[in-house]
Amino acid sequence: MSVFEGFRFRHVTSPIHNRDPRIKFLFVLAIFVIAIFFMELLPLLVLFFVPLPFVWVAGVKKEWLRSLRGAVFLASFIFIFNFVFGYLYRSYPSTTTLLEFSLAMTLRFLVLVESFSIFFLTTSPDHLSLALEQSHVPYEFTFAFTTAVRFVPVLAEEAQTIMDAQKARGLELERGNFLKRVRNYIPILIPLIVSAIRRSLELAEAMESRAWGASPKRTNLYVLKIKAGDLALLVLAIGLLVLGIYVRYFVPIPQLSTFLPPLPF
Amino acid sequence: MATIEAKDIHFTYRTGVEALKGVSLTIKDGEFVAIMGQNGAGKTTLVKNFNGLLRPTKGEVNVDGISTKDVSVAKLARTVGFVFQNPDHQLFSETVEEEIAFALRNFGFDEAKVEKRVTWALNLLDLTEYRKTSPFMLSGGERKRVALASVLAWDPKVVILDEPTIGQDHRQKENLRQFIVQLNEQGKTVVIVTHDVEFVAECSPRVVLMREGKIIADGAAKRILTDTTLALEASIVPPQITQIFHGLTFLGLPSDVIDVSEAKKILVEHFRGSRR
Repeated sequence: MSVFEGFRFRHVTSPIHNRDPRIKFLFVLAIFVIAIFFMELLPLLVLFFVPLPFVWVAGVKKEWLRSLRGAVFLASFIFIFNFVFGYLYRSYPSTTTLLEFSLAMTLRFLVLVESFSIFFLTTSPDHLSLALEQSHVPYEFTFAFTTAVRFVPVLAEEAQTIMDAQKARGLELERGNFLKRVRNYIPILIPLIVSAIRRSLELAEAMESRAWGASPKRTNLYVLKIKAGDLALLVLAIGLLVLGIYVRYFVPIPQLSTFLPPLPF
Repeated sequence: MATIEAKDIHFTYRTGVEALKGVSLTIKDGEFVAIMGQNGAGKTTLVKNFNGLLRPTKGEVNVDGISTKDVSVAKLARTVGFVFQNPDHQLFSETVEEEIAFALRNFGFDEAKVEKRVTWALNLLDLTEYRKTSPFMLSGGERKRVALASVLAWDPKVVILDEPTIGQDHRQKENLRQFIVQLNEQGKTVVIVTHDVEFVAECSPRVVLMREGKIIADGAAKRILTDTTLALEASIVPPQITQIFHGLTFLGLPSDVIDVSEAKKILVEHFRGSRR
């Protein structure tokens, strides 16, 4: 469940939390795009360290590490798949380059997770919905989206309670072969889904009774404005993007493995 | 022989919240204990340590002399049945019958025995007519009974009930009370976690009062619930009948009354005496 902790917002203010979510999103997007540009290990390694100062400044180190730890399983999957299939099809000159390529692909995934989690760790659902609204997304979608985000930790907590309740009735999740293990999750999933549906119906009723959607033109107590810090972040994002494009097209990127002695296999 | 023994246990959640700060408690075989205290006092955390759902970060819990550190929840559950607050957190089967059989199958009972136990549990909680009904079609109170039946079906030595009275009307509560008392009289150890002072007053069990992760009082309901200082400390309100008697001490009436019928007897005697 710790994976979902990344979605939980804590009310803190920091230079990162206070940034306009739209600009923050553009920044994350820039990192996304640059990560997709490169398939080599070296630039991805550099890229991995770019958002780290933000984690420090925002003071979300612990939560951020937790999200990364949650991604380890999928990351190892990506690594193994790349390595095994690359090996089977012999599409690489040597095992070392294949290893480097697999590592790069894994790192690319981690960069995506990293920047994504920084964005969510430092942006409250309220800010997010404001940003969407001011970007002219219809309010119905905005509302649905923020509600979904907001309920992720709630659902995770509920899943934990359900697991406890079923364990107390003798359910052993870790027992049996693969198929049995998958089936073990039925007693967890059914109550979880039922309660999620029930919750959403209740939410809908509560919204209706508070005259949701009564006035077509909504106003907000807070309005997002671009400040100097936001502009600086925007410049940084564009700068990074330009740098990324420049390096991609005009700088030859060395293979890290050429600096290492070749592997014995 | 002590059934559950907690030795100076501490528990800290992964979020860093220290929910238990050194709790020692022994619950003997066949005892009836109510654990009370305000929200966040650590009541539920404590009882979750009794069946291994949580393991103490410091200290030790022994169930029938075996440390919870050494056995799985599934194994402990065989001895310590835990009925969760919200039945919706556990109901998932197509029929009530299947729901009750779930735990029995987990514990490896053979089919003949499962059948027998299911019939017994359905009968016990007056659910026989719903045998083939989907648990999701039942009312809140009935769902709660199904959850209870699904735990009692395997006849655990200890039954823990987390907030059993929440969302129950008066009659259901009265039924529940009689049922719990009956279970206890049959020799089961019963532990309830609750805020419901009136309910506890009527059951009159041993009361363990908690506050901020510590036990602040432990004794008979009659003593604990009538102690205004303790009540204030644990943010509970004494039962209404006790409050009345606290206001009537000038008549020379006792101040440690929690039971309505006892109160009635005392009052009748008092006024008969004063008339004479």
